[in-house]
Amino acid sequence: MHGFANPARFLRLARWMMPLLLVSGLLLSMGALIYGMIVVPPDRLMGETVRIMFIHVPAAWLGMAGWSTIAIASIVELVWRHPLAAIAGRAAAVPGATFTAICLATGSIWARPTWGTWWVWDGRLTSFLVLLFLYFGYIALSGAAQRDMAGGGGGNRITAIFGLVGAINIPIINRSVVWWNSLHQPPSITAGKSAIDGTFLWPLLIAAIGFSLIFGGVVIARMRTLLADIQAEARLRRKAMA
Amino acid sequence: MSTSSAGGIKPKHQRLVLIIVALVALIGAGLLAAYALSNQASYFYVPADLVKDPPEQGRAIRLGGMVEKGSLKTRSDGITIDFVVGDGKARVPVRFTGITPDLFVENSGVVAEGRMEGQTFVADNLLAKHDENYVPRQMGDMTPEQAKQVVAETQ
Repeated sequence: MHGFANPARFLRLARWMMPLLLVSGLLLSMGALIYGMIVVPPDRLMGETVRIMFIHVPAAWLGMAGWSTIAIASIVELVWRHPLAAIAGRAAAVPGATFTAICLATGSIWARPTWGTWWVWDGRLTSFLVLLFLYFGYIALSGAAQRDMAGGGGGNRITAIFGLVGAINIPIINRSVVWWNSLHQPPSITAGKSAIDGTFLWPLLIAAIGFSLIFGGVVIARMRTLLADIQAEARLRRKAMA
Repeated sequence: MSTSSAGGIKPKHQRLVLIIVALVALIGAGLLAAYALSNQASYFYVPADLVKDPPEQGRAIRLGGMVEKGSLKTRSDGITIDFVVGDGKARVPVRFTGITPDLFVENSGVVAEGRMEGQTFVADNLLAKHDENYVPRQMGDMTPEQAKQVVAETQ
């Protein structure tokens, strides 16, 4: 793993990975969303509004996958002090927060016609809103750590601890509809079984793969930007010293 | 990074053990908190809760369950409805005046906001609860005319 400790090697890989992930992700998501808008039949009870699922559900998965990325990067940062770990965690935060916000917004739009309300404070909705606030905290904290690099990287470790502690919210989100009575329905897809008819399930899974590829592409793009920033700053500092 | 061993253990491994211990403690604390919250964090009472431990009359609560088949009746004023919410263990009669959400039908989930008045739950607001099943409108066993009509209705 420390083969990638040298950013140059990572950057060579990132140069062709980024466009590959972004283009294939965009194509898959576009295909799945267009198919979901035009071809998929309306739901037995919800009618046309079921199509929101093809954005809402992948966005929810990616919002949670974003924080899982942060948690793994945090462990790598704390245990192995890998130089790319803090950068990877920081790069995953903004796209993760974006998907979380998309999930909350589409969920609210979907809830109005189906449940009869924009928002309720039940276990699932509340824990997902907490996830968005955790992202805001992480973004602020990692930004402060980045500006304080002269402090010897202690800020990165504080950020990583926050990322690890925040990860406790992920299983809570997952279990919230099982532990507590909630307005949000229980999971439709559980290990090996699906309560979603195949007509809806296939475009949903393809959209999820597409969204994931876009997420990966954006994370790599942001890692490149952050590395370039650090390099530029180091160069400026060297010039100031000379 | 230093690789010198302190008492035979590399700092890297020390940190790994520390993180694992911290994670176990964190997950334990989270589970305990969730367990302690198990009653308070529920969004509504089910009919069995109301029968087992009746709330005070007039206190604002939420009641959730299934709208029993055949129980939904509209009164002569046209906007007041009576129905029975059940959870398989208990049944509570509900009265509501107002406009119901689209997904409010018999044999489907509902969350009613309101209060107990006598033995009846008087609702101020109804929320429809969708279940985890997503099924397209069945067109397989319809005649072509019926299928066409369904398509026309959904557009």
